Amino acid sequence: MDGNGDGHGGDGLRRKRLQMPVGPEDLKGLQLGDVVYLDGVLYTGREGLYKRLLVDKMAPPVDLASVSNVNFHCSPAATVRDDGSYEMGAVTATASFRFSAYLEDWFKLSGCKMIIGKGGMSEADYKTHFVPNRAVYLTTVGYGTGALLGRGIKRIHDAHWLDDLGIAQAMWVLEVENFGPFLVESDLEGNSLFERQNREINKGVEKAYEGLRPPALKRYGETTSRDDEVV
Amino acid sequence: MIKEQAIFEAGMEIMRRAAIDIPEDYRSGIKAMAEVEANELSRFVLLSMIENWEAAEEDRRAMCADTGLPRYFVKIGNEAGIEGGPVALERALRQATADATHEIPLRPNRVHPLTRQDNNNNVGLNAPEIEYSFEPDADWVEVTTVHKGGLFGSDYRMLFPGDGIGGIKRFFLDVMYEFGRRGLACQPAIVGIGLGGSKDISMTLGKQAACLRVVGDRNPDPEIAALEEEFKEVGNNIGMGPMGFVGSSMVVDCHIEAGYTHTGGMPMSVHTFCLSSRRATARIMADGAVEYCSDPKWFTPYMRREGIEWTGTATDTAATG
Repeated sequence: MDGNGDGHGGDGLRRKRLQMPVGPEDLKGLQLGDVVYLDGVLYTGREGLYKRLLVDKMAPPVDLASVSNVNFHCSPAATVRDDGSYEMGAVTATASFRFSAYLEDWFKLSGCKMIIGKGGMSEADYKTHFVPNRAVYLTTVGYGTGALLGRGIKRIHDAHWLDDLGIAQAMWVLEVENFGPFLVESDLEGNSLFERQNREINKGVEKAYEGLRPPALKRYGETTSRDDEVV
Repeated sequence: MIKEQAIFEAGMEIMRRAAIDIPEDYRSGIKAMAEVEANELSRFVLLSMIENWEAAEEDRRAMCADTGLPRYFVKIGNEAGIEGGPVALERALRQATADATHEIPLRPNRVHPLTRQDNNNNVGLNAPEIEYSFEPDADWVEVTTVHKGGLFGSDYRMLFPGDGIGGIKRFFLDVMYEFGRRGLACQPAIVGIGLGGSKDISMTLGKQAACLRVVGDRNPDPEIAALEEEFKEVGNNIGMGPMGFVGSSMVVDCHIEAGYTHTGGMPMSVHTFCLSSRRATARIMADGAVEYCSDPKWFTPYMRREGIEWTGTATDTAATG
């Protein structure tokens, strides 16, 4: 790694270390498949938070943009100690594709420039929602490197709406250091690493099914092409 | 007589071991895959996971924040006595689940399906699940906990005899593609397949095959064992690896369990036990001593018997060490 914490890991993958809130220049430098580590403050938010803010139109518990411009689709393995303080063990992401419907309103409300989660979203989502907001998506690795990410948490600033939403859905505000690894899944043009990999893999699908007849009893379904994704 | 307190303490310990210590069979299986994985992204994922297990062990923190659905598999020796009976055993395991959730800590994952009420302790209506089996000529009780992700990677289908082995293979491939893309199944996985039985038992057998048999284990039926080997090969040759990246690391092992089924049908289920394959077993002796291991040896010859009378003698096949 060089003085900025950037470099190669000896495996052909580029390493990047970014300070949060992330700036436009940081994001410009990201390529699909880069390994990213983060420093600074981010917050967790998934369907529980989204529903309250975007469907029930409740006022945010805090000005989101003043906290961070990085939103993590995460529920930590955390507990509230008897003295009211928090303990956080492992930290991993939840699958992001389910939150597609919230994106338009979410970017408007939050001003997010980076979303971190599991498994990415569709290239269509990136082009429609991320690109106009100049935002990128990072995916966790594995999944998931819960213990490594847990190690990166230096301080828990807050757990907003903990009583109402529970530990898994509360908005946790986390101060982190060398927090990762993550992989760059979408860039500023809205390209998706997962979809790029899918296109490679699809070249072998026909051969894998060679000689295998469809089953006697069919099922109702939304796709029968093995080139498609189910998300 | 086995005391409720001994079951509770063993329950706490296996909850902790399962959450933190990756079983050695799975770790060595993944290390072997990392050595032959040629794709740099896929290899990076495998090496990151190996590093993650080491971090979990060093810090004594859970390896994955998604607790999955923590549950139990209990094998009761035919001669075992439990003080307070099965009601005490179930109380001990529910208490251990709640206390371990708070102490490790584990994420409280269990919520009511409609109200989404979370008791913050992984205990609730019909949770945790406790499944039972029995063992002749034994006076111990063995408790295994499994923490398995609960959203993706499993599927069920009613096939028919005419669909043949080709139909089985095709459905296996469907599940690999369906849940392998983007790594929804958190592969490389121990893939468990249930063949036959009634619909629900087809699911149960496949789930148990994935979660309760170790990497390297083979079904004693040579025909089924050959299928296990073949499907492992097939899965690793679809060009997909961890996270749905191009690669060759999809199936760390394949386990198939079969059950007599309807003469007209061939129900099949497929399950994937993930990069955080969490299982731990405690054998609680009559004198209160406890032995821990990560190989439940759930499918004993007694479990796989076909006739009416049990005539086997090799009874001490369940877990040790």
